[in-house]
Parts: sequence; structure tokens; C-alpha cells
Amino acid sequence: MKRRSFVKKAAAVGAVLPLSLNGMGLKTFEDSPLLRALSRRGSSDGKVLVIINLSGGNDGLNTLIPIDQYSNLSKARSNILLPEEKVLAMNGTTKTGLHTKLTGLKDLYNNGLVNVIQSVGYPNPSFSHFQATDNWMSGSETSESWTTGWMGRYLDARFPGFPSGYPSTAMPDPLAIQIGNLVNLTFMGSQLNMAMAITDPNSFYNLITDTIDKTPDTPAGHELAFLRMVAQQSNQYATVVKAAAAKGKNMSTKYPTGGTGRKFQLADSLKIVAKLISGGLKTPVYMVSMGGFDTHSLQVDNNDHSEGSHASLMQQLSEGISAFQDDIKLLGLQDRIVGMTFSEFGRRVMSNGSVGTDHGAAAPMFVFGSAVQSGIIGANPTIASTVNVKDNVPMQYDFRQIYASVLKDWFELSNADVKIAMGGKDFNTLPIFKANQSSIDDYVDLVSQISLNRIYPNPAVNETNIEYSTEAGNIRISIYDALGHLITVPKEGWHSHGIYTLNVDLKGYPRGNYYIQMSQGEKRITASFLIQ
Amino acid sequence: MSSRKKFFRSFLGENPKVGKSVLPQPSSSTGTNTPYQVNQSKNITRRTNTGITPYVGAFGKPELLHLLRRSLFGVKMADISAFTGNTLEQTVDALLTVSSTLPNPPLNDYGNTISDPNVLYGQTWINAPYDPLLNILREKSLKSWFWNLMANQSSNLQAKMVLFWHNHFAIQFVDVPMASASYLYSKLLFTHALGNVKTLTRAITIDPAMLFYLNGRLNTKRAPDENYARELQELFSIGKGTHSLYTEDDVKAMAKVLTGWSINILTNPVSTSFIASNHDTTDKQFSSFYGNTIIKGQTGIDAGNTELDDLLSMIFKTDESAAFLCRKLYTYFVYYEIDDTVEAKVIQPLAKVFRDSGYDIKTVLKTLLMSEHFFDNWNRACVIKDPITQQGGLCRQMELAFPVTTDYAQMYRMFQMGVNYGALTQMVIGDPPNVSGWPAWYQKPMFYRSWINNDTLPKRNLFSDNLLVTGQMVGTAKIYIDPWIVTKKFSAPGTADTLIADATEFLLPLALSKKQIESLKEILLPGGIPDYNWSDEYLSATNVSDPNHTNSLNTATKKLRSLYKSIMNLAEFQLS
Repeated sequence: MKRRSFVKKAAAVGAVLPLSLNGMGLKTFEDSPLLRALSRRGSSDGKVLVIINLSGGNDGLNTLIPIDQYSNLSKARSNILLPEEKVLAMNGTTKTGLHTKLTGLKDLYNNGLVNVIQSVGYPNPSFSHFQATDNWMSGSETSESWTTGWMGRYLDARFPGFPSGYPSTAMPDPLAIQIGNLVNLTFMGSQLNMAMAITDPNSFYNLITDTIDKTPDTPAGHELAFLRMVAQQSNQYATVVKAAAAKGKNMSTKYPTGGTGRKFQLADSLKIVAKLISGGLKTPVYMVSMGGFDTHSLQVDNNDHSEGSHASLMQQLSEGISAFQDDIKLLGLQDRIVGMTFSEFGRRVMSNGSVGTDHGAAAPMFVFGSAVQSGIIGANPTIASTVNVKDNVPMQYDFRQIYASVLKDWFELSNADVKIAMGGKDFNTLPIFKANQSSIDDYVDLVSQISLNRIYPNPAVNETNIEYSTEAGNIRISIYDALGHLITVPKEGWHSHGIYTLNVDLKGYPRGNYYIQMSQGEKRITASFLIQ
Repeated sequence: MSSRKKFFRSFLGENPKVGKSVLPQPSSSTGTNTPYQVNQSKNITRRTNTGITPYVGAFGKPELLHLLRRSLFGVKMADISAFTGNTLEQTVDALLTVSSTLPNPPLNDYGNTISDPNVLYGQTWINAPYDPLLNILREKSLKSWFWNLMANQSSNLQAKMVLFWHNHFAIQFVDVPMASASYLYSKLLFTHALGNVKTLTRAITIDPAMLFYLNGRLNTKRAPDENYARELQELFSIGKGTHSLYTEDDVKAMAKVLTGWSINILTNPVSTSFIASNHDTTDKQFSSFYGNTIIKGQTGIDAGNTELDDLLSMIFKTDESAAFLCRKLYTYFVYYEIDDTVEAKVIQPLAKVFRDSGYDIKTVLKTLLMSEHFFDNWNRACVIKDPITQQGGLCRQMELAFPVTTDYAQMYRMFQMGVNYGALTQMVIGDPPNVSGWPAWYQKPMFYRSWINNDTLPKRNLFSDNLLVTGQMVGTAKIYIDPWIVTKKFSAPGTADTLIADATEFLLPLALSKKQIESLKEILLPGGIPDYNWSDEYLSATNVSDPNHTNSLNTATKKLRSLYKSIMNLAEFQLS
């Protein structure tokens, strides 16, 4: 159901709509010329996406906490788990909360500015930082090795022929700006990397003030200073970036102050992004990074699980995002900008003996800005009562669905263009943005529409039975192993309204935890069971 | 050409040899770039007092690398291992040892599309009759050949000295009507690169290409052409330093000495001839700068040879000629700033060694390259690479394959790639901007810095970016450097810190800051993830039986490409 955004769109063009449309799914009217006209906008000019890379693999279960799984979580990760009373409440739900240090993000959520997508991953996920990062940046799967990035393909299509003919009158500014990692597959186009790279906030300030890092008072030092100066000035976009920096400003007082370096990297980077956008830069995509998420050990303080290295990262993330969102609101830019976090993977359900967590699979993503539908998409992950060291959070949504949603509902690409940017694959969008055809309400509480009622026997030997109920629709039942690998699809097809029982042959499967996923279109729920 | 030279020439009513504009001008299409203004030369507050006394300090890896970087176009891993353990003198002697066999001549690389009635595809055209339609293709083949001999040089000083002499005795192939003459000139540079300067100067003076280029062929007793006589002194042997006091009358007298030399275009290839009837047989009087020498007018077929010998003896008897050449060698091998201390401690003593040796190039180079001044820390890492050293050098260092094949067109297109990037970065081998050579080696106050501006520096980076990451189109093939070749030669490439230390030591003459190292490490290990992630990836990528081998190989290869690209994008990479 799509009432909210439908009404909003209608209001935007001043149309008066018959009330009889009210209460009916908008999808029904997809082919109506009126609705097509209503949903068509001029162009995506002026819209900005800010990608926040949480490098190292963020512990999703310690970020977005499934409160209804607390008893099992406390068995699986007692040495790191947040005290339940310190989990921050989110408006409208008692089942899910945020890490203690995500106060800024919680406020944004409660103010309707954050969309959370549960358990985002991809099939057969890689547990290698490098391959997983490549997959996320390129939009490929583990079995693939792509040399172009998802944003590179998008920018290739949007700015044909780049770099030949650029900068141009229509696009005088960098197609993308990345602050942080020197090399980034995300922006790799078919010909070259489309992003202007700024190593760190310090080098940005060097650029706009025409200074360079000090070199020694020797002939080599002098030649080096000369080379660095030319290098800084020879970036073809140096002039426009300097002009935008001079013209732009920051208005928020929420940016953390008092230092530089890694702890301030995200906020400092986002501050630069806000300044450049307010200075009039037409760059549509920015990427900023923060590292340190590879929390194999001591991710919390032994004495206080709401403190420690992961808590510190949560705080930096929250402070950075909330200062940025405050800034762009004060600057009057908030309707033009959305932000999105991603990390190459989540972490293992079970914590390790070093008070840390090892490489895992799916994890939540946050999309923020005034253009999002506020809420949580998807259900909490199910944590088994006895977990194995290999157990992972299985995916509910493919990360490329989030990408496709950004491209379709934020940058307003056609389905065909989205498919090109996604490397020729189709991904269904999710109701992340208000512009989406579906309402997040359809995704919030799936249990009323589809439900995995029972799995029995559990633990299972050789076979088990799955009892599920559904509204009328196309249902798919999939079984994943603990690593998130798809093992089998025992049922797929049309179901009328009712309760069903499915017997599944489990002979030959190794012992361990498994997941059953039930899906109807984009609606997915999972449950775990054990084979003995 | 400098404004001084332009003025001089227009004053004298000469037709200046200005190179055709083969060089792209800094792009102004965007209207947003501000050309770099030269105002960065802060004063160096300290200088060095070292001279040409033999260096007796440690000859370790930093010293070996410094010596090799300045002596070669790109140091290979094999060069380092070959010389490691040798003494400085052994190493310099080895660098000065050159095969007497000349490189194979350039080939017909165009015959697969345009037929040459006299030369088969894949055969050399150097002795073929002049062909006005095909000459441009032969000239292109020659430049490609020349570039390849630099980039794929042997591990000695020959190639570097060939380029030195090409810059010193500059001609522009584009202004020489026959590619075969330009080839003879090139061959002559290879022959004499480490020989004797007097012999080389003599050969150059009557080289057909030079007789074309500086009008020596038109210099007759009835119509003397002073062009060569002037440049012989100003650019080739005496210079315009404070102690260079030759006169305009010396130019005129020298022109007379050189009358009668001509080119026989009927031979294949063209050859030098001497037409006695065009020779001025009068006695030639020189100024006090040349000790008031009189060169006795000669007659007959040997007149030109005899007077030329007398002329060169007179020139190389001056103190200034050796000092002038030493300053040019110094600028090429050490640094461009020659202050009073360097002049007194290095140039003058070196010039004496040079003169005493009878102008033996090996002797002067050996003295310079073994000197305490050369190894002075002060003088390390301060040369900005010329484009051939930057581009050919990185191909050589990274061991980019230049396949020897019967697909001659493609084989030469690989070399042509280097010529083309040279053109984009203001250095076309065979076509210096004018007779003065490239400004980097003479033009105050920029010197080496004249290679670098906001047009050329990004193009230097583009060359390494393309070969490492994007792929460089060569014909219809996309060419890449294989980053594994050198990686596997490093001491412990599976350890990120060691890999970065080895790669930066190998590719850069200066140590990086901690911050720079961290930023390179970020490529291998983003987000501060532990080092074993790279080790695991490396092990899997190099082990074909690892179940994850293919994925790891792809990922690790990407990372290595990014790492080398990023190192080569650093300003430090432009230094030698």
C-alpha cells in the first residue's frame, strides 16, 4: 500500500485525486497514464548520494540489535553483548533497537529520516575482506571478478564518453569525489576511475589553501615540493573544487572537534562533503570511509560492554551522520541529499574467545535523508538457541536491491538503465525511498501475511516438517547452511490462502545449524533449525 | 628556442631551426586550469663542499640504487642482484663496459599495409633508396627503434649516454630529409657514446644528417653558411659560459674551415663527400681565445679533413671546452645547480681529468660516478626524470614484455606507444624542440622542472595508470604490466609491510613518510584490517591448488595493480 507517497506526489503537482483511489495498492495503477505522469520527474540533477564505507566488516548484531532474540544472543555472545537496558529504543518497535552510542542516529530515526534494511548480503558470500569488498563495490558475486564498479557503470551511462569532453559546461565538476581510500572499485568505469580522489581531509585543506606537506631543505626536497605543487594544481578539477570550497560553508555546530586523524575522519570528511555541496558543486556521488571495523578482538570493554572499540566506531558513525544531517538541513540542502552505509560483511553470530567477532555474512544497512521512508525493512534475524562457531546471519535482502533502489528511486533511472548499472542483472527494489512504488508498511510486520509457524522435529534427524501460513501468492521455501550458502529449494509456487506443512528430506546433510527462509516477492522471513 | 637565441638569430638574419610543433600545448579547453607559475624556487640555505675525490663510504644498497638510477633507464631487479656484492669501482667499470656490436637496425614495420618496392616487410630499410612517400614511415620506424633501445637497454651506460649525446648534438629527424641519414646519425651516437669526445665531434661535424640539419652542406667558399660553425662552439664544444670568449670573427673563420663538406645523395645510404672546389683555401685566423691560432688553408681532396683536425685540436685545447662538457654531464647525471663551489670543487677538477685523458668519456664518467660528490646525500633523488626515463624506465623496471615477433607492425607499435607518450609529455626521441636540445638540460631557471606542468604530469600518470590498471591499447591489443613479475622477486611479498618497503625502495628514490606508507597499506589492507588478510590472499593467489585460488588471484592482482599505480602516482616517482 502506497498511500503516503502517493498522496505526497499528488500534492506536489497540485492534482486532486478521487478518494476512491484511497486504500488500493498503487501497483495496480502502474500503467495508468496519470500515475506515470505523476511519477515522472524532470531529471535527477541536483540529487546527491553520499556513500559511507565502514571498512573492515561491521558487527551488525552489535549495531542494530534484535531485542526479541536477547536470550539466545546472550548465549551466543555473552562476552560482548550490550546490556539489554542500554539498547536504544526505536520509535514504533520494541523488537529492534540501536547500539548505545548511536544516539544521533536514533534521533534521526525517530524523526523519520532513516530507513534500515535488515540482514543485507548476497548468496554464497565471501568471507575474505578483499573479495567481499570487491563484490560490494563492483556489484558482483563471489564467483565473479568484475573490473568496473556499480557507480562507475552508472556514471558511465549518465556522462557518456567521460573523460573525453569533460569537464563540460553541463558538467564542470567531478563526477564523483572520494575521500579516503586511495583506490576504489566503486567508481571504476569502463575506461577509468570516475572519481576525484582526496586522500584524507588534510590533503583537501592542502588543496584549497595551496599548501603542500613540508619537504626537506635539500635539492631533492625542493624538486619534490615543486612536483607536489604541480600535482595538486594539475588535477583538472582543482579549480572548481577550490571555488566550491570557498563559496560553500558549514552551519552545524554538531561536528566533533578537538582533533584530527582516524577518529575524526568520518565527521571531517562529511563536513567537507556538505561544504562542497553548499558551494554549488554538481557532483552527484561522494564516498567517504572509516576503517577499524575488523573487530576480531577486544571490541568491547570487559567491564562495560557499551564501551570499547566498536562502541567508539558507533559513536563516530552516529556523530558524523547526525552532524552532517543537521548541517544539510541548516543549509537547506536536505531534500537533495541521501546517505547510505555499507560494509563488506557483518560478523559471526557467536563471539570469539578474544572478546571480538570474526568475519560473517549479512548485516543491516542504513539509508538516511528526508527522501527515505522511515522504518525497518525486514525481520530481525533469528538466533538459534545453541549456536555453532560457523553460524552466520543469513541474508534477507541482496545488497544489489539497495543499489537498484538508489538508482531507480533516487537517481530516477529506468529499469533498463538500472539493469545496465547492475551488470545486466535484475534486482527488485525495496521501499527505501518515498519514491518507491511500495510502502514500507508492507515490509514491517511480515508475520501477519507470511509466517513460518513451526519446524518439527527440531533438532531434526534425516527429515523435518515445516509448517507455514500465507496469504495468496507465490511462495518460495529455501534452506541455507550456517555460512549462508543456499542448499536447496524444497518448495516454490503459487499458494492460496492457508496453512501448509512441508516435509523435507535431510538425509546426507552435515550436522549443524540451518536456516529456512520463506519468501513471497520481497517479503522474507527466516527461522533456524538444527540437524543432529 | 630561448628568446636569447631567437634574438641572436633574427639579428643575424638567419633562418632559425625551430622544431615543428610536434608537442601539444597545455590544454586550455576547459578554461579552468591555471598554468603553473614558476615562483617556487626558494633558496637552498645550505650547500655541499664535496668534490671529485673518490667516494670511500659504504657502498650498500642505497648507493648502488642511486648509481643505477642515474646510469640506467629504470633499474631492474636483475640489475640489483647482478651488481650486489661488487665494489663501487667494479660496478662502475661494468656500467662502462659496452658491447662493440651495434644494435640491429630498424625494420620495415609498415610493409603489411603499405608495400615498399625496395624493402621486404620485416627487413631493414636503412640501405634502401630514398623514397619520398615512404620516408615518413621509415622515420617513424626509426623513432620507435630508438625508443626501444632506450627502454630495453642493456645494463650499462651506453643508452643513457646515447640520449646525452642526442641532446648534446641535437638534430631533429623531422628536418632531415632522409630517414637513412637520421639512422646513420643515431648509429654514430651508439658507436661513440662511451668513446672519445674529439672523435665523436669530428664524426658529427661531417655526419650527413648534421650537414643537412645545420646547413653544413650549403657552406661553400662563395656562400659561407655560419650555422654549424656557430653551434659547434656555442652548443657543442665551448658554450656560452663566463669563460667562453670566442668572437664573431671566430665563427666566420670556423665556417671557412668547414667549407666544402657536402652530402652524396646518390649513394645508398647517403654519404658524406668533400667537394674541394667549394673549400675556402685561405688561411683562417682565430682570436686570442683560441691562442691566435692560424689554421693553414689546404687544397685538394684532403683539405677538409686536415683543416677539420686542426680545428678540433684548437677547440679542445681550450680549458673551456672540457669545463663546458663537464657542466653538461653534471647537469645530466648530478643536478642542475652549479654554484661557485661546485664549479671549483667538481667542474674544474673534472675538466682537468677530462683534458688529461684526451677527452676519454669513460675516464670522465668514471671519475664523476665514483666521486664523493656524486654519492653525497645532498645530490641524491634530486633529478626529475625525463619522459623516456619515466616511461621507458617504468616499463623496464616492471619488465613489461615487448614481444619479439614476426608481427613487425605490432612489435613496433609497442615501441611507438613510448614515442607517443613521449610526445604527450614533451619529449619525442629524434625530435628535440631545437638544436639546443631539451630545455630541461640547459634552460635557466627551470631546468628539469620544465618537464613538469599541469598538462604533462597527469599524462605521465596516465601512462602508468593505463599500463597497470586500465590497459593500454596498442593496435587492437590491450597491454598490461604483469604486476606479479617484480612482486615475486621481492623478499617477502606475502607480508604487507615488507612488500610496501621493497616496492617503494625499488621504485622511489626517497623514503616515504609514515602517513604515505599507511595510505599505501590501506590499499592492501583497507580499514585497518590485520596484516594476515594480505598474507592469506597472497598465499592463495600464488598456490594453484588452493580452492580459492582463482578468486584470490583476481583480487590480489587488482591490489598489486593499485599499489604500483599509487606508488607511481606519487610525486616521488618522478625523481631519480
